[in-house]
Amino acid sequence: MREITLSQAVNEAIAEEMRRDRTVFLMGEDVAEAGTPFKVLSGLVEEFGTERVIDTPIAEPGFVGLAVGAAMTGARPIVDLMFGDFIYLVMDQLCNQAAKQHYMSGGKLSVPMVLRTNMGATRRSAAQHSQSLQAIVAHIPGLKVAMPSSAYEAKGLMKTAIRDNNPVVIFEDKLMYQDKAPVPEEEFLIPFGEAHIKRDGSDITLIATSSMVQVAEKAADLLSKEGIEAEVIDPRTIVPLDEAALIESVKKTSRAIVIDEGHQSYGVTSEIASRLNEKAFYHLDTPVIRMGAMDVPVPFSPALEDITVPTPDRVAETARKLCSGELIHAA
Amino acid sequence: MAKAKTNTEDYLRMYRQMMRIRTFEDNANQLYLSAKMPGLTHMYSGEEAVAVGICEALTDDDRITSTHRGHGHCVAKGANFKEMFCELLGKEEGYCRGKGGSMHIADQSHGNLGANAIVGGSMGIATGSALRAKLLGQDDVTVCFFGDGATAQGLWYEVMNMAALWTLPVIYACENNGYSEYTKTEEIAAGSITARAEAFGIEAFQVDGQDVLAVNELTQKLVARCRKGDGPFFIELMTYRYHGHHVGDINREYYRSKAEEKDWKDNRDPIIRFRSYLVSEGIATEDEIEAMNTEIEKDASEAVAYAEAAKYPDVSEVDMHIYAD
Ligand SMILES: Cc1ncc(C[n+]2csc(CCOP(=O)(O)OP(=O)(O)O)c2C)c(N)n1
Ligand SMILES: [Mg+2]
Repeated sequence: MREITLSQAVNEAIAEEMRRDRTVFLMGEDVAEAGTPFKVLSGLVEEFGTERVIDTPIAEPGFVGLAVGAAMTGARPIVDLMFGDFIYLVMDQLCNQAAKQHYMSGGKLSVPMVLRTNMGATRRSAAQHSQSLQAIVAHIPGLKVAMPSSAYEAKGLMKTAIRDNNPVVIFEDKLMYQDKAPVPEEEFLIPFGEAHIKRDGSDITLIATSSMVQVAEKAADLLSKEGIEAEVIDPRTIVPLDEAALIESVKKTSRAIVIDEGHQSYGVTSEIASRLNEKAFYHLDTPVIRMGAMDVPVPFSPALEDITVPTPDRVAETARKLCSGELIHAA
Repeated sequence: MAKAKTNTEDYLRMYRQMMRIRTFEDNANQLYLSAKMPGLTHMYSGEEAVAVGICEALTDDDRITSTHRGHGHCVAKGANFKEMFCELLGKEEGYCRGKGGSMHIADQSHGNLGANAIVGGSMGIATGSALRAKLLGQDDVTVCFFGDGATAQGLWYEVMNMAALWTLPVIYACENNGYSEYTKTEEIAAGSITARAEAFGIEAFQVDGQDVLAVNELTQKLVARCRKGDGPFFIELMTYRYHGHHVGDINREYYRSKAEEKDWKDNRDPIIRFRSYLVSEGIATEDEIEAMNTEIEKDASEAVAYAEAAKYPDVSEVDMHIYAD
């Protein structure tokens, strides 16, 4: 199968959907000629013109508000938010407006829009350009949240998001844009709420999102050399969450570590760990362990930044302890 | 050039500060190009007369808020090269102990409340600082630096309204360099920018941001009026950035022509202009200026060498400073 970058995958998904559906349009800062600072959208304005690929002023609450209104009245906007950290600027439009219209109107209005943005630290971008804020969005009923872990997921999830009748937020890992993966030429979609088992294993389950899937896979490689077989599962969307697949895996392995790049406290890892606790308690031999980013603003200095996020070594180390019974009472 | 009524020493300090900014940026760019600097940074080169003209009208008690393109403001407000380069390299002796980096550099001792990586993010902070001055009966003034692109942020209109209602001692200084990232200002700003401030009853000025004396003269007047309770004010400073949006923005002809860049550099450079003014007015000789330049270069290369050799913060610092004691 051909291999393309995550960036190309996103670009293809958007182009295909814009060709298919005249109501899909794109807007955001420097999305047209510049194709975004990460060059993810290059070429789209040449094909679709500035009517459908719209450069906006630096007015995030404003253009997200416009997207909500356009979506409520028949269009399917894709909004580009240059950095995930800017979610904080658009919280009212996203969480009070977009998320609630369908419910407040008793199902009469809907907001079919996509907010594509990014996440991930270790790019030396400091505290306001490095955050992974998926948990904050996932907390709000009415919003769906997708977290692609490779080019394949990025394409399939984006196409599903564009066709979804709800506001969907997609967090791409900004360090993964140039990573290649096999992606079929033929059209495909990835349904929301379907986890993907990246690697089979029987001793421990590593549940990982987005950037952390690679970390979990590398940890699994390390563990395998020592005779510990880890199962790696990527939920792909955290809202909706494929609970059944996660529970199924834990029934088999009886141990789990949940890994996500957002802050650990009150985060994605906490939520998934609680669900396993509630729904798979009698299948667990050890507490479910959370591994998120440290509860600190992301520091600039490389010497500090690198220790704030989970690494393959640290995941493997934790898994080793769990498998040997060491961490059982650590929680 | 406009003639501000200042003495020789003031003139020479203004030249020196502009040259220090240019030299700082040349060294920072070099650190990036030689892969010694973590991350990206935004160069202030070309805009020196804005920061220096304004900051030379302020005292250490006056505050500023800065932007992602903040090295110039930081130097102009009195910062040292050593702590600045240490910060850019993420070292313990940096102004922010390596935690902030280029986009968050702050220098409390000289009233620099910090650079900001959120476009428009400091507008509330600057206006709040001015509110504090008024409430506590202090006579300092706060200058809020931001770019033309930041005028699109709604926050600005909210805080201008309050600043005008409550006559706060704040000066909004819009550095209009013609671009926000890869987009020309005229494509993202409707109508006139000064008229937006005027709509709130705020006196607005437009000034040649490449003329350090014009900037300084205007700022001196406005600062004095702010201290008497006549604020707020708005200044639009017409200027130009020489480098790309950030150091990695090298191939930029798709949005900005080389001819345009050359024209600004050759014909409107704030440092060249001021230098020839100093010489023609007999304020300094070419030799004296060259000696000053050499000394600044030496200062910069020593600071760079120091910062490269300096140590990173200990890992135990990672969860320090989350909450104040
Ligand atoms: C809220 C927010 N939106 C977008 C960005 C990305 N960004 C950084 S600088 C910039 C352009 C700013 O232009 P301007 O205000 O004119 O300042 P200049 O870079 O020209 O000095 C943009 C869009 C950001 N940092 N913060
Ligand atoms: Mg600008």
